[in-house]
Amino acid sequence: MSWNDKRLETLVGMMLRTGVLLAAAVVLTGAVMYLVQNHAAVRDYTHFRPEPAPFATLKGAATGFTSGDPRSIIMLGLLILIATPVARVGMCVIGFLMERDRLYVAVSSAVLLILLYSLFFHR
Amino acid sequence: MNEFWFVVVIFASSLAGGLLGALGGLGGGIVIVPVLTIFFHVDIHYAIGASLVSVIATSSGAAAAYVREGFSNIRIGMFLEIATTLGALAGAWLTTRAPAAAIAIIFGAVLLYSAYATLRTQHEVFTEEPDKLAVRLKLRGSFPTDSGEQSYVAQHVPLGFGIMGLAGILSGLLGLGAGAVKVIAMDQAMRLPFKVSTTTSNFMIGVTAAAGAGLYLRAGYLAPGLVMPVMLGVLTGSLIGSRLLVRVHVKTLKRVFAVLVIAMGVEMIYKGVTGS
Repeated sequence: MSWNDKRLETLVGMMLRTGVLLAAAVVLTGAVMYLVQNHAAVRDYTHFRPEPAPFATLKGAATGFTSGDPRSIIMLGLLILIATPVARVGMCVIGFLMERDRLYVAVSSAVLLILLYSLFFHR
Repeated sequence: MNEFWFVVVIFASSLAGGLLGALGGLGGGIVIVPVLTIFFHVDIHYAIGASLVSVIATSSGAAAAYVREGFSNIRIGMFLEIATTLGALAGAWLTTRAPAAAIAIIFGAVLLYSAYATLRTQHEVFTEEPDKLAVRLKLRGSFPTDSGEQSYVAQHVPLGFGIMGLAGILSGLLGLGAGAVKVIAMDQAMRLPFKVSTTTSNFMIGVTAAAGAGLYLRAGYLAPGLVMPVMLGVLTGSLIGSRLLVRVHVKTLKRVFAVLVIAMGVEMIYKGVTGS
């Protein structure tokens, strides 16, 4: 089967669904552990205090994840979820390369760069 | 309320929100922020963070089904994502600087407009002269109908691109998918067929939301204990909603939904103005 838009869209759709299912499974695992450990705690979300830094970075979430902290596992699930559309755009760059569509290689690369900028540098 | 019951109640409310959102055609985000802020007094920043993440989940979850229908246009979507992601960067930047009251008032106004948009009737597709810019950018396609392949070319590309930028700002600022605005850009401004507009919009929502999510994550808007029940609830609710959609009376439902959205919009504006 040659590369065409239809095939690219099908692949993209499958990838998005896999990503969201994986993310939901990780978040659910974290959720169960979280409830087992924190079920009696009382938390206050009525006033915004930025989340402590360890959960706000990939490295922090990974460190917490290896130590089995439920909040970090939930955070890892959220990172997978956020990464899914980014991977989708990356896949389109490859797909358009295979189709030899230079214009859309450029267009999708631009979107990918904006996304990577937002994830790593945007303040 | 201890943490266990808090999670259960938020999950149930998010499920209801996702269900209503899917049935009303507006997505889950638009309901979940008002519900969290009005009924649970959650700070709007946390609510927006939880909503934005749920938007990524529902859009990605629905994508596979939309592809099968064969209406979505990956090139048009990708081209317009340049506008929505740049808009989302600006919107997310604004959210970290704007006071909660201002965000609440803007959110209320968007709710009121969405209620109006839900009830508005859809227009027919006109065929006009092909747009030169659209042809150069390959913003064209075709979809299957009973009488063979129906082809289309986008019109008014700069206008559509501009409206998409606005949709991106709203998405980043308020944690919404802003699907309704994206559909307006494609269906009204660019004169694309309605089905093409709605399915392509779904594809774009996740990418737009991801552009805002990076900043939300680093600014500490994503509280794991809150996002977890919201994301799982909205995702479950919208998946059930899209299955039910074929069986329910959509017109009545849209009216009920519009009344709810109007009430929440008025409440959000009131909250913002009185600062409570």
